[in-house]
Amino acid sequence: MPAPPRIHRSPVHRSVLWLRANLFSSPGNTITTLVVLGLLAWLGTRFFEWAVVNASFGKASVATCNALAGHGACWSVVANKWRQMLFGIYPQAEQWRPALAVILFCLMLVASATRSMWHARRLIALWGLGTLVCTWLMAGGLGLTPVPTALWGGLPITLMLAVFGTLLAFPLGVLLALGRRSQLPIVRAVSIVYIELIRGVPLITVLFMASIMFALFLPEGVSFDKLLRAQIAIILFNAAYIAEVVRGGLQAMPKGQYEAAHALGLGYWRTQQLVILPQALRITIPAQVNSFIDNFKDTSLVIIVSIFDFLYAVKQSVVSDLEWRHYFVEGYLFAMSIYWIFCFAMSRYSLWLESHLNREHRT
Amino acid sequence: MNMQATERLRNVLYQVALVGAIGLVAGYAAFNLIHNLESRSIRIGFSYLTREAGFEISEKLLEYDATYTYGRAFVVGLLNTLFVSAVAIVAASVLGLSVGIARLSPNWLLRQMASVFVESVRNVPLILQLLMWYGMVTELFPPAERALQLGPMFLSQRGLSLPWPEAHAGWPAALLGLVAAFVFWLIWSRRTQRLRAQTGRASAAWWPSLVAFVVLPMAGWAFMGAPTAFSMPELGGFDFEGGKNISPEFTALFVGLSIYTAAFIAEIVRGGIVAVPKGQIEAAQALNLTRAQRLRLVILPQALRVIIPPLTSQYLNLTKNSSLAVAIGYPDLVSISNTTLNQTGQAIEAIALMMAVYLTLSLAISGLMNWYNARVKLVER
Amino acid sequence: MEELAQLAGGVEEIIRIDALNKWFGDFHVLRDISLRVRRGERIVICGPSGSGKSTLIRCLNGLETHQAGTVVVDGIELTGTLKSIEAVRSDIGMVFQHFNLFPHLTVLDNCTLAPIWVRKQPRARAEAAAMKFLQRVRIGDQAHKYPGQLSGGQQQRVAIARALCMTPRIMLFDEPTSALDPEMVKEVLDTMVDLAKDGMTMLCVTHEMGFARAVADRVIFMDRGEIVEEAPPIEFFANPKSARTKQFLDQILDR
Repeated sequence: MPAPPRIHRSPVHRSVLWLRANLFSSPGNTITTLVVLGLLAWLGTRFFEWAVVNASFGKASVATCNALAGHGACWSVVANKWRQMLFGIYPQAEQWRPALAVILFCLMLVASATRSMWHARRLIALWGLGTLVCTWLMAGGLGLTPVPTALWGGLPITLMLAVFGTLLAFPLGVLLALGRRSQLPIVRAVSIVYIELIRGVPLITVLFMASIMFALFLPEGVSFDKLLRAQIAIILFNAAYIAEVVRGGLQAMPKGQYEAAHALGLGYWRTQQLVILPQALRITIPAQVNSFIDNFKDTSLVIIVSIFDFLYAVKQSVVSDLEWRHYFVEGYLFAMSIYWIFCFAMSRYSLWLESHLNREHRT
Repeated sequence: MNMQATERLRNVLYQVALVGAIGLVAGYAAFNLIHNLESRSIRIGFSYLTREAGFEISEKLLEYDATYTYGRAFVVGLLNTLFVSAVAIVAASVLGLSVGIARLSPNWLLRQMASVFVESVRNVPLILQLLMWYGMVTELFPPAERALQLGPMFLSQRGLSLPWPEAHAGWPAALLGLVAAFVFWLIWSRRTQRLRAQTGRASAAWWPSLVAFVVLPMAGWAFMGAPTAFSMPELGGFDFEGGKNISPEFTALFVGLSIYTAAFIAEIVRGGIVAVPKGQIEAAQALNLTRAQRLRLVILPQALRVIIPPLTSQYLNLTKNSSLAVAIGYPDLVSISNTTLNQTGQAIEAIALMMAVYLTLSLAISGLMNWYNARVKLVER
Repeated sequence: MEELAQLAGGVEEIIRIDALNKWFGDFHVLRDISLRVRRGERIVICGPSGSGKSTLIRCLNGLETHQAGTVVVDGIELTGTLKSIEAVRSDIGMVFQHFNLFPHLTVLDNCTLAPIWVRKQPRARAEAAAMKFLQRVRIGDQAHKYPGQLSGGQQQRVAIARALCMTPRIMLFDEPTSALDPEMVKEVLDTMVDLAKDGMTMLCVTHEMGFARAVADRVIFMDRGEIVEEAPPIEFFANPKSARTKQFLDQILDR
């Protein structure tokens, strides 16, 4: 009985075979490989020279960077200004507090990602407690020096806008989804109008609406904190998108579930609370994570209504600084990497979730 | 029966309560609104649209200057939005399709490059990418006095300045000729296909279309007077005068929007092709169709049906994302409405108009794609 | 039809398999298979799942490639090159378990797709021939429907017609009735019996022993990648020689 041919191949032989199959399998393929390799080599070496070889690391001065005259990256702008980029104008001595708040946020996100936490009560407890602690860290009082919200800025603001923008939008989104599927005509009409209106317009218009029109719709003298206005706008905006995701989950519920619940005598709200929503929400978790990634990226739009988020902080610290403003590329690259790390990690998690949840359903 | 009656009563009460709540909130808001507007002596109404605008717009597809009305400014902004969205949709689709197919290429390098592209672009906020592009275009290019010259074209911080034909009837006529040639090509290729199917011969009659594309525009141009006058860009002070200028704002917005949306479209295309069941490919192989024939006749038609709905939402997203133009100074609808409402204080009207326009655009694009989707749906029992 | 029988002539042996071996990674799925098939012969291959029967017939038309041994179809050896695969595929028609009809084309277009694009036939001729085959499998009146509008049995008959439109010399059937509801199995089997009566060389992987008894010239039993036993059906069912064959027949025929 012949043995499988594979055993006879050495690692070298195997790599040659792989190269032949994947890179050089046909004349067209070979040309493509050579062209791409050539491009990579040319671009890669030039980028490497700029970013690493000629670059200025560490806390060098502007003069050092200017001397590089564009041949090398000025990472010193990040080294010099990272505090301002990450935390805005928060008093320097107290910056450990927003840093801690950011870490806490991330820990809460990671904790929410573990399966054992996927119960309403536990999640509410986790986020309720976490929010209180983070607010105390940022605002002060009770043993910490108070810091007014006008001085808050940077990464904590971005995280806060994204996280609260999703958390608080969630109940509203669920209500809207239920409303859209309701038999009551007025409820359905209101839900549809809200969802389609919000989803049909850009976030900027909603932000403008919030920042300008709130002032007009409230009695004179009552003013809303600017940050709060933006947060409310983001919550109202996200609720419409969350509603559509939840609606997808509700539609996927087999009719038999409703029938069994009614047969047991459960009313509408009890059915939703005990039978439908727990299943529907669980099915849509990967889509919710994707929605959260989009929320997270969208928070950067608040720069247009002058909210001091992470992007604003980076732009402020580099572009508005007369000395350093030529090095905006390095500054923006720093901002891009921070956003990218968060979003990429979440998207990988979402993919893992999808495959994991699929495997379970296949019984 | 009693239970049904109570339930119906409850439903009615719910809805009455909802209407009541909305009414209360709206009433309260309206009351405050009227009061606040009075104290600022602003009147509600769209009459402000006929007042003189008093601000300039740097890029326009229509005649406009500061003496035109706010209404005119609004239309200019709207056209700018439509224009950049339309060209970006085309560019994003082409780029997205290519990258999507590259993700499935037999060449490992190409696959990885495509993946790197998609993953880098998708996970960074669009506004940051726009700021980066805009910064690079304005900072890294030389100022106008030291512009890069490529023949009669100039590349500088003011953008790309090209020679452009002087306004003359000959050019629209040439454009008309081009459109006519396109129509001819459609009709001719359909005729060729029909002939081929009937007789089996692949007629090599592709040259008539080529001739049409050359001859018809030239005919239009010549017929209307054969204009040859070009306006050349010339340095006058700090800027270029004459010719056509493609501004850095437009370039940054166009490039940023196209690349960002292309990354999402690439994933959609890939997902569509992968979704075609393996059995279809095997059946096509068993029938001895070549790889190109398999792709064209079996895979892509089926992939298209999966691709269209998510593609629609990407087109909608692109149109909405064009509103980020306000961050880099491109005078789109949002940017001009913002200027208007700052100057006139007519915030509600301006914002309502903005939202109405975007809603209409969304409905139009959805409607178009839904029609196309219905046309290509698989027929089932 | 006579056209099918006239395709015969020339070499007696239409399929020759020698010492065929195939691995999926480390898994030895086909072990030293040797088989001769004569022109016009009808072969039924049966065996438990995982025995390699589907893999064997898929090796015949290049949907699977083998690592060792030779496969010669109508004088053409399958050497793994695209050219040899394409040459062999023009002689072989295949019917799949899950039909694999093209859902975006009508029944008629499904049948004429390959003749038009591969054989470069004019549409009129291709359609005329297709209608003949569709009527042969008794589904000519559905020619302008889409696959999604037909039942499973009807779809499988269309799949048979589609394969026949390329005028193959050999027809491969990969569990053609396994995905059908019981009441539709008969219509497909009857179609296959008709085909056999006209002299088509057939290799059929199936569990339908009634069909084997009615039509097969030889029944082959495969288990764990090997051909355990082959014999004409009367002998095969009455006197199975190997213990494994006996065990399998007991399980199958008990139903």
